[in-house]
Amino acid sequence: MKLSVNTEIGLTHLLSRKRQTLVASLGVTIGIAMYIFMNSLTLGVNRYSDNAIFKNAPHLRVYKEDEMSKPIPGVSSSSGLPVIVNPKISNTSLNLVNPQKLLKDIQSQKGVTAAAAYVTANLFYTNGKSQVNGVASGVNILEANAMFNIESTMIDGDLRSLVNTPNGILLGVGIVNKLNIKLNDNINVISSVGVVKLMKVVGIFKTSFAITDKTKSYVSLATAQQLLGQGPNFVTDIYVNVATPALAPSYVPLLQNLTGYNVEDWMVANETAVAGSKIRGIMLGGISWAILLVAAFGIYNILNMTITQKLNDIAILKATGFSGKDVIRIFVLEALIMGFLGTCFGVILSLVPTTALAHVYIGADIGYFPIRFEPSIALKGAIIGMIVTFCAGYIPARRAAKVDPLAIFRR
Amino acid sequence: MEREIVLNTSKIGKFFYDPIEFKALDDISFEAYKGEFLTLIGKSGSGKSTLLYILSTMDTEYEGELFIDGKKITGQKQDNLAKIRNENIGFVFQFHYLLPEFSCLKNIMIPALKLGKFSREEIEEQAYSRLKMLDMTDQALKPASKLSGGQQQRIAIARALINNPKIIMCDEPTGNLDTKNTQIVFDIFQQIAHELGQTIIAVTHDTDFAKASDRTIELADGKIISHGKK
Repeated sequence: MKLSVNTEIGLTHLLSRKRQTLVASLGVTIGIAMYIFMNSLTLGVNRYSDNAIFKNAPHLRVYKEDEMSKPIPGVSSSSGLPVIVNPKISNTSLNLVNPQKLLKDIQSQKGVTAAAAYVTANLFYTNGKSQVNGVASGVNILEANAMFNIESTMIDGDLRSLVNTPNGILLGVGIVNKLNIKLNDNINVISSVGVVKLMKVVGIFKTSFAITDKTKSYVSLATAQQLLGQGPNFVTDIYVNVATPALAPSYVPLLQNLTGYNVEDWMVANETAVAGSKIRGIMLGGISWAILLVAAFGIYNILNMTITQKLNDIAILKATGFSGKDVIRIFVLEALIMGFLGTCFGVILSLVPTTALAHVYIGADIGYFPIRFEPSIALKGAIIGMIVTFCAGYIPARRAAKVDPLAIFRR
Repeated sequence: MEREIVLNTSKIGKFFYDPIEFKALDDISFEAYKGEFLTLIGKSGSGKSTLLYILSTMDTEYEGELFIDGKKITGQKQDNLAKIRNENIGFVFQFHYLLPEFSCLKNIMIPALKLGKFSREEIEEQAYSRLKMLDMTDQALKPASKLSGGQQQRIAIARALINNPKIIMCDEPTGNLDTKNTQIVFDIFQQIAHELGQTIIAVTHDTDFAKASDRTIELADGKIISHGKK
């Protein structure tokens, strides 16, 4: 292999001080490994918490907002003062008009992966004297399952029975316990408008949210419409999923224009959770950067020392015809080799804590700790590692380039 | 016979400002010829080393003009000067300044590798021929730091010779050597100047060494007081 003189000098420097080279590389190794580990941790936990949100909430929700009554314009008292009216909720129904067309329109939008019509009904579940209040979602269960993976939360029965059983109901495990019933038992439900129906329990589900388990149930769209005393065109919500959840807010104006109704994205609906993941990102990102900087400082330090020790060598190189640029190249190359070695080992080393943590069992519906080796983060870490070592090498190298051979020879 | 001028200066002056303003060199004009063994002598503080560093192109802060091989050097950029040094000037210092991590052979080869005129194999061959001339062939693969002072100085001379420079500049080349090694170095310089036709400009305070050279320029208080025999 043909090496340039600069490369040869740099390599000889590194090889004649193997221990220092190794120590500096080790600093980068640990820095990069921690960077990758911390960021994989952030990504894993955020992905898990987002998924937890999406088990219950869609990326976007189209609904009709309650309207407040407005003062009648142009009416004022004889003295010219405006008439003050107590504002009250004025709309009589939360129905979305022509839901089939809305659904079709939304589904035809680019980036929309799923859309489902929902009818939400407040009601009581009763068994003899026991009574539990809650909310029933009237859905096409297969569409809803595609969105929220309800099937993964089922602990008894089969959600497909809801399609075949007109008066079937899927109940949260909390309601089942309170009413002391089991699969295939019948219960009465009473809606807020006074409609009573006899329902058959065809499935029981258990989510990680106790409050959901104690109140929520799924029924067919038609059942929910009947419970509210409405016709087959009555729909209160359209749930929409898009390809990239992070981009959901950008669909809000689009869908608002398309439907004319209110649209809410999941980030607005779950502000606390979003803020939480932001804080996690900043915290762990800050820590990982700090570690990386310490590693870079190690390289800076060792190169600085080398240069101080090698002032004579630098002077003689410059005297024999090496330019300042050559000197910079020599020392930056040394930094980059140390950085490269460190980065490679760092990427390998990061596998240890990530795989170890991935085998820690947490329990509940989390299962194992939500972390895995993320190649994209490893790549990012490697690039950042190389940039940081370049800077850590460039600063002392520039000092070396400025060495005045005369000052050395005159001593 | 008209002799070829390799290096000449015109009215070179140099100030030092630290700690006080002080004129180290004043109105230095002289020529050095091809194949000449030239020594610069003078008392300590006479400015002889200062002059050598200006001639070497490493010091660029001076008045007047410097020409090497008829080309004006004064005012050139640092990177260009590095190239000129690499090609035209060889250095031998009092303290040998070899690169301690490299073998003797590598030390000699590095300026030629930098020049990049020949292939690695050719350069190695040239380095060996220099070593042979200096009777150092058996030390070629030893690390430079393992050699004695006299041996190191000969390696440094071999390094100065590798690119066939027009001029070899020496700062007290025998200052650290015993009589025997001084004689060896002197003989080598004679051989380089007279057989290979390269110019040697050496700063020394060894009067015997200076007397035996072709010509001696004497400095005192920053001025040339004697141009020596022509």
